[in-house]
Amino acid sequence: MTDVAVIGFAEAPNVRRTDGTTSGVEMLVPIFRQVLDQTGLTKEDIGFWCSGSSDYLAGRAFSFVSAVDAIGAFPPVMESHVEMDGAFALYEAWVKVLTGAAGIALAYGFGKSSAGDLRRVLALQLDPYVAAPLWPDSVSIAALQARLGIEKGIWTERGMAEVAVRSRAAAMSNPEAQLAGTVTADELLGQPYVADPLRAHDCAPITDGAAAVVIAAGDRAREACERPAWITGFEHRIDSGALGARDLTTAQSAAAAGAAAGAACVEVAELHAPFTHQELLLRKALALPDSALVSPSGGALAGNPMFAAGLARIGHAARQISSGQADTALGHATSGPALQQNLVCVMEAR
Amino acid sequence: MKRRAAVLGTGQTHHRSKRPDVSIAGLCREAVDRALADAAVELGEIDAVVVGKAPDLFEGVMMPELYLADALGAVGKPLLRVHTAGSVGGATGVVAASLVEAGLHRRVLAVAFEKQSESNAMWALSIMPPFAMPLLAGAGGYFAPHIRSYIRRSGAPRHIGAMVAVKDRRNGARNPYAHLRQPDITLESVQASPMLWDPVRYDETCPSSDGACAVVIGDQAAAEASPHPVAWIRATSMRTEPTMFAGKDNVNPRAGADAAAALWRATGITSPIDQIDVAEIYVPFSWFEPMWLENLGFAEPGKGWQLTESGETEIGGVIPINPSGGVLCSNPIGASGLLRFAESAMQVMAKAGEHQVAGARTALGHAYGGGSQYFSMWVVADTPD
Repeated sequence: MTDVAVIGFAEAPNVRRTDGTTSGVEMLVPIFRQVLDQTGLTKEDIGFWCSGSSDYLAGRAFSFVSAVDAIGAFPPVMESHVEMDGAFALYEAWVKVLTGAAGIALAYGFGKSSAGDLRRVLALQLDPYVAAPLWPDSVSIAALQARLGIEKGIWTERGMAEVAVRSRAAAMSNPEAQLAGTVTADELLGQPYVADPLRAHDCAPITDGAAAVVIAAGDRAREACERPAWITGFEHRIDSGALGARDLTTAQSAAAAGAAAGAACVEVAELHAPFTHQELLLRKALALPDSALVSPSGGALAGNPMFAAGLARIGHAARQISSGQADTALGHATSGPALQQNLVCVMEAR
Repeated sequence: MKRRAAVLGTGQTHHRSKRPDVSIAGLCREAVDRALADAAVELGEIDAVVVGKAPDLFEGVMMPELYLADALGAVGKPLLRVHTAGSVGGATGVVAASLVEAGLHRRVLAVAFEKQSESNAMWALSIMPPFAMPLLAGAGGYFAPHIRSYIRRSGAPRHIGAMVAVKDRRNGARNPYAHLRQPDITLESVQASPMLWDPVRYDETCPSSDGACAVVIGDQAAAEASPHPVAWIRATSMRTEPTMFAGKDNVNPRAGADAAAALWRATGITSPIDQIDVAEIYVPFSWFEPMWLENLGFAEPGKGWQLTESGETEIGGVIPINPSGGVLCSNPIGASGLLRFAESAMQVMAKAGEHQVAGARTALGHAYGGGSQYFSMWVVADTPD
């Protein structure tokens, strides 16, 4: 199989609200520039472009169409789009490179959550006949999941608060993070519930943002990057959409993707866990070693731009390798209510 | 490097303006079950699923593939959701093929659908996004000026559009799955139908359909193990350009021409009109037949209408276009592109029944979307190379 590596990553500042349009162009143009500058590439070097975004987040049909403006007009590009997190766009790009149709590919994801009421928008991901008409919002569904885990003794509210403490402390070294700082678990546990048993610190913030990742095959990667993050496993799986049909205290799809990708031996794991208990759940489901450093960027709890946050996790994981801080790392992305769909990208230095 | 891939089987629903008898999942499953039966493959033998559909706002369900995972047999497997505007059905086929071509999977299921009766696609499209040209009243309002520009540039006689409509609707009458089946339609009746967006009349525009299409794509081993003829995917191609920019040619967009040129290059085709036996191309408004004939390289710029006028695009002509009746007869938007890809495969598998083009061995499937800016296409044949 062709050797493919992540060679570049950039993300827009994670912020509560941008003034830009829902097409993402204002966030994408600067990060395309950054990621091309990092790798010494030009737009013409990119053989395949693939994006991830959501019409529902933008509140209009064909919202991704205008994002193409960020690439430029001529010549036309080989390009595709997934209505998923940009991490899945990266997967499609990786597949394209494996087929030999492109030597270098750029995947991007963007989302302007501030355009709508995110909790209610995400309720529309549920079964449209029996679940969505009840409008169970995303935070409430996550709270049900958290409650189930607490009752089964898998995690505790204090353990969840400690995840938030660690995330905010780690995010202090991430200039693009939305939430960072020094807090204690006791302080956080003194705060009121948002959706029992979740407090504000248990929930990722609402974020506008975008991310871009460049991958390349073999020598193209070595030319453009001193220390490429070589992809050794790239897998994703989906679980049932019926919340009552699966054990919400684990994520079989994450376990299966992690096992297939080789998650159990990494030094660093960037997890797309929009809720504190989900980080604890994912550590277990992915069978991460106890020694693994989890989400040194602060993770999704420090900034969760919808449709970009999963791709950004892969970017941050790759950065750990490129910077020489780790020899193996994984990036994880999730989609759907209560971790329904999970993707794992394992990378290594060579 | 790229490995061989082939269509093992196809399936589609009976397309109607409303399918109140089935849920969205039921609609998809109708196509999936037919495709699996056609391919002689069990759902359990599918390694990955690729879902395509046009905007989620058309049904009011955000990322419906999440809810559809059970019905599509995707639980525990990889599932991708593609969305490249109107070309999405084609892109779905291309992505599914690439999963096999990359050597990742043995059998992949591509599913595309639209249940337009759940909402109103015309008004879902008629929005006023910032810094973009509004679509006014649906896609016809957007494309009619491009058609007028084509007529002015090519000098095509005004009846060409009506001729396409007559051909496609009569072809559709041979297709048991088609939404509109009008064996008795005539040039006069088309020309007497109400004008919607000058020069596009009511009978020259696609319907709004509920429908789905599914295609099973397999690797070389799966293809060779198939008890039925397969359609080998010789090459796929996709190109995109922005909606609006200085120099954009809406009549003959460069993204479409580039995609076609790449496709012909990859398949070693030097004269498409001689080497392609039948083509299923995305014609939502009648006049797009001659326009795409030129964009794809079947005719010189300005000459595409002559192929239509001389009857060469009918079944039995030099280059039969849309023997299934095409988008003019059935338009479940998200599925329309995959239907073109599936119908091209059915032709080379000799499974097209009443609308079979005799002796078809090499066929083109084509889709476009957005403001004539997303193009996806493939060439399938009865032999691997």
